[in-house]
Amino acid sequence: MLRRIVSMPVVLLCVITITFFLIRLSPGGPFDSERKIPPAIEKQLLSKYKLDGPILDQYRGYLGDLLHGDLRLSTKYRNRSVNEILAQTLPVTLILGATAFILALVGGIWLGTFAAARPRSTSEWLALSLTLLAISLPSFVLGPLLILVFAIKLSWLPVGGWGDPTQLLLPALTLAIPCAAVIARLLHDSLRETLAEDFVRTARAKGLSDSTVVLRHALRVAILPVISYLGPLAANLLTGSIVVETIFHVPGAGGFFVNSILNRDGFLLGGVVIVYCVLLMIFNLIVDISYRILDRRIQG
Amino acid sequence: MKVDFPRQALLPSLVLTLMTLLVIIGPLLMAPSSGLPGEASYAAPSFAHPCGTDLNGRDMLFRILEGGRVSLLVGICGAAISLLIGTSYGLIAGSARDAIDNVMMRVVDILYSVPRLIFILILINAFNERLQQCASSHGWDWLVSSSRIVILIISLGLIEWLTMARIVRGQTLSIKGRSYVAAAKVLGEGYWTILSRHIFPNLAGIVLVYLTLAIPSVIIDEAFLSFLGLGVQAPQSSWGSLLAEGATSINPLRNAWWMLLFPSLVMLATLLSLYNLGEALRRSLQA
Repeated sequence: MLRRIVSMPVVLLCVITITFFLIRLSPGGPFDSERKIPPAIEKQLLSKYKLDGPILDQYRGYLGDLLHGDLRLSTKYRNRSVNEILAQTLPVTLILGATAFILALVGGIWLGTFAAARPRSTSEWLALSLTLLAISLPSFVLGPLLILVFAIKLSWLPVGGWGDPTQLLLPALTLAIPCAAVIARLLHDSLRETLAEDFVRTARAKGLSDSTVVLRHALRVAILPVISYLGPLAANLLTGSIVVETIFHVPGAGGFFVNSILNRDGFLLGGVVIVYCVLLMIFNLIVDISYRILDRRIQG
Repeated sequence: MKVDFPRQALLPSLVLTLMTLLVIIGPLLMAPSSGLPGEASYAAPSFAHPCGTDLNGRDMLFRILEGGRVSLLVGICGAAISLLIGTSYGLIAGSARDAIDNVMMRVVDILYSVPRLIFILILINAFNERLQQCASSHGWDWLVSSSRIVILIISLGLIEWLTMARIVRGQTLSIKGRSYVAAAKVLGEGYWTILSRHIFPNLAGIVLVYLTLAIPSVIIDEAFLSFLGLGVQAPQSSWGSLLAEGATSINPLRNAWWMLLFPSLVMLATLLSLYNLGEALRRSLQA
C-alpha cells in the first residue's frame, strides 16, 4: 500500500513529461495558424507564454510552475489561465461523471443480481442479452440515438445544454448504460459462482429466505470483482465524458480538451491531462483501500 | 487446447463473414456514381437509395460500406498488433523471475487506470504531420493519403494489449506449473525451447478468443476518435465519422434520421456479432 502511494508522484511525473514533450516536439507552434505576425511580436508572445529558450529549460520551468499549482496560461483563450478554465468546467464534468457513476453502479448491481438469482430462466437470458446489446452500443452511438428518440421524436427531454436537472439525465444515461452492462455481467458471473459455494448452502439450510441469502450473504463476497473494476470504470467515464459532452453540448472540460488538441494549446491540454490523471489516481487509491478492507473482512 | 466450434458461434460468424464480403465487394458492384455528389441532398431512404443520401447527395449505403472497409481494417490490424504485444509481454512476465513479473504487472495495472485513449489522441495529432512529411519525401503516395489510418492502427494496437497481457501471463503461470514442463526441464531443455515448444502452443486457444474480443474494442476506439474528428478525416470516412455526421444531422430543424440510424445498426450488428463470437468461444474453451 505504501509502495502504491509512493509510486503515485512517479507516475504523475511520467504523465507530465510524456505530455509535455509530445506537445512541444510536434511540428507547428500555437501561433502558426493565425495571420503572419512580425518576428518581434512572435518573440514577445513566446516569451509571455514561456515558450522560448532550450526545450529542457522550458520543461524545468513548467515543472516548477506546476509545483506552485500554476497550470499557466492558455495560448488560445488569451489572458485566461488554465486554472481559471478548469475551475469553471471541471465541476460540470465531475457532476456528470458522478451521476453516471452512481447510475452505472446501481443499475449494474441490480441487473446482475436479478439475473444471477434466476439461473437458467428466460429472464436471466433476457437480462444477459440486454447487457451484451448495451456493451455493443458505444456512447457515440447511444447518445445520438437517445436524442433522436427522447428529445426529437417524443420531445420529453431537452436535446442538450446544461443547468437543468432534466438536461443531466440523457448524457448521464448515455455514459452509464454501457458501464452498467459491464458491471452486471461481472457481478452475474461471480454471483453464480458464489451461489454454488458451501456457505450459501449452509445459509439456505438454516432456513433463510432466498433474498436474504443472496443479498446478505452471497452479494458481499461476489461484489469484489465489481470493486476492482471501479478503477477502469472511472477511467472509462472520464474518457467517455469527452464525447458525451460534445454530443450534448455540455460545457465541461471535455470540449476544451478536444479543442486544445486542435488549437495546439499545450498548457490547456497538459492541464486537463494532469487533472484527469490526479483524479483517477486518487480514486484508484480509495478503491484499492476499500477493496483491501472488504477482502480482509471476508477472509477474517 | 482444442477449441470445438460451438453452435452459438455459428450465427455471429455468418454475420461477420457476410459483413466483410459486403464491405469488400459491395462498393465495386454499385454504380460508380453513387459515391459522388448528386442532386438529391438529404433524400430519405427510397428504392434508388436504400439508406438515403447525405448533405452532398452521396448514397449512404455506399458510404457505409466504404467506411466499413476502414473500420474493419483498423479493427483487425490494430487487434493483431495488440495481440503481438500482449502475447509477448504476458509470455515474458509469466515465465520470468518473480521480481521482473511483479514490475511488469505493476506497469500494466498503472496503464489500466490511466486514460490511455487521451494519450493516443495527443500522439496521433503529434505524429501525423511527421509521418506525412516523411512519406512525401520518400514518394510513398499511398501513405500520404492514408497516414492517419496507419497511425490509428499502430497507436490503437499500442493501447489495447493490456487485457491480452494479463490473460496470457495467467495462463503461462498455470502451464509453467504443469508436470510436463517440469519434465522438459529435467530433460535439459532450455528456456526458449520450453517457451516455444510447450507453453506457446498451449496458449493458442485463449489468444484466439481474446483476439475476437480485442477487435471490437479497437473498432470502438477508432470510432471514438473519428467521432471527435481526431481520427479518420475527410475525404476518407469510417463508421465513426459517419456517426458523427449523423449526430449533427439530427436536430429539431432537420431530422435526417437515416444518416444516424443505418451506420448505428451496421456498427451494432458487427460489434454484437464479435462479442457473441468471443463469448461463445470462451465458454467452449472453459467447458
